[in-house]
Amino acid sequence: MAPILQARGLTYVYGAGTPFERTALDHVDLQIEKGEILGVIGHTGSGKSTLIQHFNGLLKPTAGEILLDGRPIWDDKGKCARETRFRVGLVFQYPEYQLFEETIAQDIAFGPHNMGLPQDEIDARVRASMAAVGLDPALADQSPFALSGGQKRRVAIAGILAMQPDVLVLDEPTAGLDPAGRDEILTLIRRYHDQSGATVLIVSHSMEDIAGLADRLLVMDHAHVLFCDAPRAVFAHADEIIAAGLDIPQITKVMRELRSRGYEVDTSVFTIEQALEALRACKRKGGAR
Amino acid sequence: MSHIIKTDDLRYAYPAAEEGQLAIPVLKGVDLAIERGEFVAVLGHNGSGKSTLAGCFNAIRLPTGGVCYVDMMDTRDEKNTYEVRKTVSMVFQNPDNQLVATVVEEDVAFALENMGVPPAEIRRRVDDALKAVGMYEYRAQAPHRLSGGQKQRVAIAGVIAMMPRCVVLDEPTAMLDPQGRREVMAVVRELNRRFGITVILITHHMDEAVQADRVIVMHQGNVLMDGPPRTIFAQVDELRAASLTVPQTIEILDALDRQDGAALPIDALTVDECADILETYLR
Repeated sequence: MAPILQARGLTYVYGAGTPFERTALDHVDLQIEKGEILGVIGHTGSGKSTLIQHFNGLLKPTAGEILLDGRPIWDDKGKCARETRFRVGLVFQYPEYQLFEETIAQDIAFGPHNMGLPQDEIDARVRASMAAVGLDPALADQSPFALSGGQKRRVAIAGILAMQPDVLVLDEPTAGLDPAGRDEILTLIRRYHDQSGATVLIVSHSMEDIAGLADRLLVMDHAHVLFCDAPRAVFAHADEIIAAGLDIPQITKVMRELRSRGYEVDTSVFTIEQALEALRACKRKGGAR
Repeated sequence: MSHIIKTDDLRYAYPAAEEGQLAIPVLKGVDLAIERGEFVAVLGHNGSGKSTLAGCFNAIRLPTGGVCYVDMMDTRDEKNTYEVRKTVSMVFQNPDNQLVATVVEEDVAFALENMGVPPAEIRRRVDDALKAVGMYEYRAQAPHRLSGGQKQRVAIAGVIAMMPRCVVLDEPTAMLDPQGRREVMAVVRELNRRFGITVILITHHMDEAVQADRVIVMHQGNVLMDGPPRTIFAQVDELRAASLTVPQTIEILDALDRQDGAALPIDALTVDECADILETYLR
């Protein structure tokens, strides 16, 4: 399968030539496959937010390039192809603070309107996006500012979905939500992915959440890619993950503890279901080695 | 001994958004007593009333029914407001919203200057507070150059410098990465154990709540559960009904118990405890 997004030698330097010069990305090579869910993790300052802002041309590489469908998004004249912004939809952290229109429908319509779509198409997309994020259609003409925080976040996500991006990038979409709110947003993202076939990138600090959702995990550490692999393969490197200022799911820690006590259990598990299987398998074999 | 915080049928309703609508009740008769020196975690889904409850503890919100006493002072009495706020300090979710100065040590000194503390004492208290949170070497830096966890620790230093008897932290780690969360939680435990400050920690993270002496679960404006973490987290069904999760150490034991009839104790709060119990299963 052809990659939808690629980074080649991607380097980005903040404040070049000032005393605060800092390399946020250092020769990053990366391929994102069409239709996959890629979890992006890394400590604060690891370069993950800088990375995702390159994917829709918000930041221009200091060196290296970004390819969308095999074509560089920046041309020789230093311009970013306009369609990039529509094809790669970026939902920022705490997107509810970016709502600005008078009604919910107008806020969601902002992106499609900028794309120059006809009004009936815009209306249809607004309705579809509201349904996709579980917002009551009756709210369409109300002010977004009267909503609760969790609902505002849905409006902001709906605004990006309405552009029907091929790649949906979400920066910590569940930050600050309670467990139920977290599940709702993650379910919504999963459903959108399954129905649209879109590629999804999701940045998160919650290993438990992201491990259960992503096909692959990208681990950023000090401007470099530390790992980019299936969650099981990544969590097998627990010591390196913890050294990178991250964490591994609690259940993975339990399995590692059992292993250190001499039990032959699989330590690459990261969900309760996987752990159940691993424990039963170990018990069948008679437990301790 | 008197309680540091005591509520008696505490009620709070947000005023109606528009005329003709009804006020929105959030706290519906909360009876709660918190002892001096306790470390209490407050859990509850969004809208359960936990942040409103916290607001009542330092008179940001005044009860619309019932009473809230802070160190025996009725928070409704305006004469008490200043003393109530000196007794109970708050730390909020977003570190960027609570740092005011352009230099770390000036930020920590801000409240002390407002309180009219003599300069020499300010110097001493600021230095002590920054050392307590491990941010002393950053004292001359600009807060915006710090990481989220570091900013949050500076905010906590500002609170320590005021020497309150009680600190209420409203989801202080929600915006932090795992490393930042570990740093802040270490400082929170220190506040309680070393300085004897009463800590009330509002959180969505179960692994933080298990570190407390006592867990209070808020649900629909009332206290649903109240007890030591071991007792609370073993009540898996009740927690799920309140839209909460349980730590994975308990979830795995509960699943084995239900699906395989393993008949194991399920109240494991740490990785080691969970491994101990699983050993008996595997043997």
